[in-house]
Amino acid sequence: MSDLDRARNGIPRDPWAELQSHTVARIALGRSGASLPTREVLAFGVAHAQARDAVHAALDVAQLASDLASLGLPLLTVASAAASRSAYLARPDWGRRLDAVSRAALAAEAAARASAPDVLFVIGDGLSALAPQRHAAALLAALLPMLAGLRIGPLVIATQARVALADEIAETLSARLVVCLIGERPGLSSADSLGAYVTFAPKVGRTDAERNCLSNIRPEGLPAAEAARQLAALLAAAFANRISGVTLRIDPAATVPAMPGSR
Amino acid sequence: MRHRVAIGVRSHAFEGLAELLAKASPMRSGDALAGVAAASAEERMAARIALADVPLTAFLDEPLIPYERDEVTRLIVDSHDAAAFAPLRSLTVGAFRDWLLSDAATTEALTAAAPGITPEMAAAVSKLMRNQDLILAARKCRVVTAFRSTIGLPGRLAIRLQPNHPSDDARGILASTLDGLLYGAGDACIGINPASDEPRKLRALWDLLDALISRHGIPTQSCVLAHVTRQIDAIEHGAPVDLVFQSVGGSEALNTSFGISLALLREAQDAARSLKRGTVGDNVMYFETGQGAALSANAHHGLDQQTCEARAYAVCRAHAPLLVNSVVGFIGPEYLFDAKQIIRAGLEDHFCGKLLGLPMGVDVCYTNHAEADQDDMDTLLTLLGAAGVNYVMGVPGADDIMLGYQSTSFHDGLYLRETLGLRHAPEFEQWLQRMRLIDDRGRLRDARESLALPLLSAIDDAPR
Repeated sequence: MSDLDRARNGIPRDPWAELQSHTVARIALGRSGASLPTREVLAFGVAHAQARDAVHAALDVAQLASDLASLGLPLLTVASAAASRSAYLARPDWGRRLDAVSRAALAAEAAARASAPDVLFVIGDGLSALAPQRHAAALLAALLPMLAGLRIGPLVIATQARVALADEIAETLSARLVVCLIGERPGLSSADSLGAYVTFAPKVGRTDAERNCLSNIRPEGLPAAEAARQLAALLAAAFANRISGVTLRIDPAATVPAMPGSR
Repeated sequence: MRHRVAIGVRSHAFEGLAELLAKASPMRSGDALAGVAAASAEERMAARIALADVPLTAFLDEPLIPYERDEVTRLIVDSHDAAAFAPLRSLTVGAFRDWLLSDAATTEALTAAAPGITPEMAAAVSKLMRNQDLILAARKCRVVTAFRSTIGLPGRLAIRLQPNHPSDDARGILASTLDGLLYGAGDACIGINPASDEPRKLRALWDLLDALISRHGIPTQSCVLAHVTRQIDAIEHGAPVDLVFQSVGGSEALNTSFGISLALLREAQDAARSLKRGTVGDNVMYFETGQGAALSANAHHGLDQQTCEARAYAVCRAHAPLLVNSVVGFIGPEYLFDAKQIIRAGLEDHFCGKLLGLPMGVDVCYTNHAEADQDDMDTLLTLLGAAGVNYVMGVPGADDIMLGYQSTSFHDGLYLRETLGLRHAPEFEQWLQRMRLIDDRGRLRDARESLALPLLSAIDDAPR
């Protein structure tokens, strides 16, 4: 913010405003009496509004399916047992299990398929539908060419989904490994962060300690190309060691060093 | 024991104290998630009617988690002060509420009774209390603690300055710390939640705060909120540790999931006290708690989350802490769904802690997936100010860029002081006055005339 902006606002600049160069924390905001300047109240309000909108945005499944179509993989759509956003937020256990219709449809799909996939991708809305809406297609477009030789299952779009919903989906389809791409809880400055959770030998009841995670996938955080390279290395390690989670040791040379612009 | 209540033609039955307490609890999502909440509003009221008739002695006779299986239960039972309990011994839970709100329950009477009150008694009575009851009764309790500043005196409010940074960058942390000090925050402590768990990086944070506090003679204490074992190791390696922090819970199973035991906490307290770094007191522990933690670790033993939370206060009480706070809205909507539930829980936790004799603060906070916003935090902050909260958090602009949640800001602290006429901790107040940061009424002065501006040079000395 320039001095001119401050002056227009009528609120004197804090004499330590130059400290702002050392942190993205909201420091040296100025004050009117005990209170925040109007400008800062509004700036905070915008950040919170964007985070709230992200939490409550519905995944546009048709649009996402259209964005994913060019990848040339079959598409399936499922829903969790959480019937509404409100139920989803209050009952994480419901978001981890399929609803009855989806369960039956997936079982039929599994029976009809000749072979089980090595890798299954589940794309879920999670706590920010904006994240998969904006970044899932780009990530998969970068990642799939790196997975030559692996049988890739149908892309499964899941609504009102928690990470562990992918376990039931993958178990039903007998996948050897599942990658769940899911919207992370929005922060005040990041409403569309995508997380990628990798689980080897997925089945209902797997714990978070049995997964590996890449987070903050978005252009301003971990860009899609870099995330794809790290995920490919993670998958290679998981298949080589037949395990995922905290005990999986990844060769640091296999995960490419962070590129400029990534976190 | 079976408890029965008839409302009209319907009869309600409750098996034992655990079920009675859970079903008497005001509605919250975490109890529904655990499957222990009342099934209907009427059942909830029936449970409260039954609970009102339960004698306080029942909580001594019927432990909620077996004595043999849980060291928190053993702590509660073994440390119970029968002499302090004697004046309350004949009361039911309902009569206990009436007594707490009566003129007979003076500050002195409440202080004397505290060692005779168990967490389960506090939780039980809170379930019969409206929000205004929780405020009024807590306001009469007084818990004063000290290290380099004195916290909890009447008419005073302290702030924990929380200058977190996502990569523990020294200059980033200092920038937020200086911002807070210049806004008059930091009298409860300067407490950093580190992103890293590496001993070398943690040591840098202790050294950073120690240099600032000692060079400028700031009457406050530092804390680096790493795991307690890291802090004990740091003390053994000569780090300048003021306060030792730990998250604690109300069951042995939960504490095990945190990687702690009562013996470990005792060891930490002894280690910190051995350094003798306090000037006006030797309360060296800082504990954090929060409703829902027990269920999230599957360590709740079928209890409701507020009763579990109150039991955590027994763990705190055994270690003479300087500061205790409930991080009330941090855990998310599956435990406290919206602002109504967060506000109620914040008032319950503050009341129960104070009643048990703890120096309670509250992290008035929320996450972006909870149904809450800044207006709701203003409401809870104001209610806690009225209830006499010992301290609250001070985070730059209310936005914690490391932990990813919204707490109270330095400005929120100024607001509460201005609105309720609350002054700083006395030693810190004198320092602020010497620095010409506040006037004789405690209001911030024009910072351009402050003598504290040389503090800003600390940023040039910090490691990059």
